[in-house]
Amino acid sequence: MSKKPALLPKDEAAAEGKVNVQINGKWYRFPKGTRIADACNSVGVHVPCFCYHPKLSVAGSCRMCLVEQGMPPRLAPGATPTYNEDGYQTIQWMPRAIIACANTVAENMGIRTDGKLCTEARRGVLEFLLTNHPLDCPICDQAGECKLQEYTSDYGSGTHRFTEAKTKKGKNLSIGPRVNLDQERCVLCRRCVRFMKEIVGEEVLGVVGRGTHNAITCYPGMQLDSNYSMNVVDLCPVGALTSKDFRFKMRVWFLKSTPTIDVNCGTGTNINIWTREQKVYRITPRQNDEVNSCWMPDSHRLNYKYINAPERILTPLVKTDAKAPQRPSTWDATLNLVVEQLHKCAPVEVAIIASARMTNEELYMARALARQLGVTKFDIVPRKGENDGMLISEDRNPNSNGAKLILNKTGAGLATIRRGVKNGSIRSLIVLGEDVTQEAGIPAEDLAELDYLLVMAHSESATTKAADVVLPGVTFAEKYGTMINVAGRIQRLNKAIEPLGESRSEWSIMRELTELLGCDCPRVIACPSPMMILEEMALEFEPMKGLTWGNIGNEGKVILDTGVTIPLIEREKSKK
Amino acid sequence: MSENTNAIDAVTAVRPSPGEKYFPKFEVTPELTEKAKELIALYPEGKEQSAILPIIHHIQEEFGYVCPEAMPWIAEMCKSTPVHVAGIVTFYPGIHRTCPGKYHIRICRTIACAMAGSEELLPYICKKINVDPASMTDDEPMAVSPDGLWSIEAVECLANCGFGPNVMINDTLYSQVTRRKIDELIAEYKKK
Repeated sequence: MSKKPALLPKDEAAAEGKVNVQINGKWYRFPKGTRIADACNSVGVHVPCFCYHPKLSVAGSCRMCLVEQGMPPRLAPGATPTYNEDGYQTIQWMPRAIIACANTVAENMGIRTDGKLCTEARRGVLEFLLTNHPLDCPICDQAGECKLQEYTSDYGSGTHRFTEAKTKKGKNLSIGPRVNLDQERCVLCRRCVRFMKEIVGEEVLGVVGRGTHNAITCYPGMQLDSNYSMNVVDLCPVGALTSKDFRFKMRVWFLKSTPTIDVNCGTGTNINIWTREQKVYRITPRQNDEVNSCWMPDSHRLNYKYINAPERILTPLVKTDAKAPQRPSTWDATLNLVVEQLHKCAPVEVAIIASARMTNEELYMARALARQLGVTKFDIVPRKGENDGMLISEDRNPNSNGAKLILNKTGAGLATIRRGVKNGSIRSLIVLGEDVTQEAGIPAEDLAELDYLLVMAHSESATTKAADVVLPGVTFAEKYGTMINVAGRIQRLNKAIEPLGESRSEWSIMRELTELLGCDCPRVIACPSPMMILEEMALEFEPMKGLTWGNIGNEGKVILDTGVTIPLIEREKSKK
Repeated sequence: MSENTNAIDAVTAVRPSPGEKYFPKFEVTPELTEKAKELIALYPEGKEQSAILPIIHHIQEEFGYVCPEAMPWIAEMCKSTPVHVAGIVTFYPGIHRTCPGKYHIRICRTIACAMAGSEELLPYICKKINVDPASMTDDEPMAVSPDGLWSIEAVECLANCGFGPNVMINDTLYSQVTRRKIDELIAEYKKK
């Protein structure tokens, strides 16, 4: 035995509130109380699990995460521990494996995930899970992102020893308006049951039966109809719960996922958009513990159909005469025409209605456009709804805080514009990214009375139909930009697909228009990308100081203290 | 479950049985509510769910089985959810979802009794009480005679392995049962 080092690793770790753990032969330090599964995964040692989910209570039922564990031997009375030259005690390995999800790390603990014991345990668990599994991967939606499939290929045995008849259970059962259940594919991890009980608080799912007849079910006559029901589809490690919307639409390995944010409300839920070529197939939540945890509401998840809808405007539309129909045109001709027409308008008779659904970069360009035109009647459309006590904010605009910061507008001036349009004091209206016949409350009849209506929008609406010129913009899936959520967090939107047809991102339309109108400020016209606009804004706005596209990161950055919190996140934090 | 019943609806499917004429129909009476409250009061506040099992036992004693209508009522009483109660009811083979006959025969089929002769005894009893042994399945372990007087169910260990085969009629255990003893017992119970 060598000489004892001055300060043992255990004392060093204890001073930090941590413990030393050996994982596959290497020593690491983890905070006390860390689950073995989390500890292993955090250092890149993968521990397979079905039932364990960091946001849910521990069930420990799947037995997939079995690892070999050891501790220093228990000392005889009066004996003192001995330490090796690195300052650790010898590990005495236990003859049986333990589950990594329900056990926490301890000082001088050893974990082995690559030994024979572990390999055998995993193979055995998988063999049992597959005894009654229908093995219908070729027609299963989960194939390609199925944990059972992945683990079987990683740890399972290539052959099947069971020759008995498989247990028959329910297939293709509709358990809610958006979710389907296949009981035979289920591995009974009960993640869905725990999610509905612990996160949503509506216990409609449960496990019935016993032994091989065990099955997840909904109580007859009840439905899984919560607005958060589709999260169980993401949670399901296998193809037992599938989304009715995405069923049989596309193999997941053909899809490209782009991390971005949701624009349906002020929460700015982090999402992945799954696309193939120019089409959006589905949206799934992306983990961000400060914004949406791992979840998202169904209403937001399914609100993507408009991106590829026939209502999209794909070319600039121009009305050559007041009564004439709108005709498609080219960008150059349209923008030159718009400039010519705008020059004719008296600035006092012009109003601009922008949108808090625009990104910060677009709002910056909108401000430049308004300044160039000398328009002072300029505001956004506020949009209020009900806070659902989970993730949906009462602010249904995704970037109200951006509008407040960049334009200093909150929608207070909208009533004046509405009155002006009604009484005729406003003769020309520029609408950027809104359908003003809706929340803004300007009826289509009033729009028809205007001398000039310029609209920038991605889809057809009553407003675009009344317009003299329509400039086709893009949806949130087709652009880069940043938005500030209700809690003051700036987050990035990433482009998942290219702008459809001839449509162009709004910031570039407004930039070109401002330039054509005669703006020569390099801080506006020299911006080649939203990333550069962000850097321009970082110089101008105090809260954005030092921000770059890169340092916002995928999780965003808090830049404003709004005092607004997200109920679900607060609950999650209080549980810890 | 039958081939054409939806697997979800099967949980609360009505399972008619001739035994129903010997038991009162499930009904929420003030006495039943009182009894449930009494059982719930045995557990600390906030732990009402603990009373689910005792209430189920009481209902089974009173009405012979736990009918589908009883599950939401139990859930409501115990501040639980119907699906949780259904999970408990379907988990325990000792909780009946079909009404048994007036005399419920439990025959042990665990290895000790099976070797002592219960394996041959089971078809014999079935024949005596006029039921088809094939109707006893995983999903419906109980078979009820057409007259509703008898029901039979193969159970696991009755904790008397030294004296097999063991048979239990209602709550009375009979050991070292033979065909002759079965004849006697059936005749005896019929007289009651």
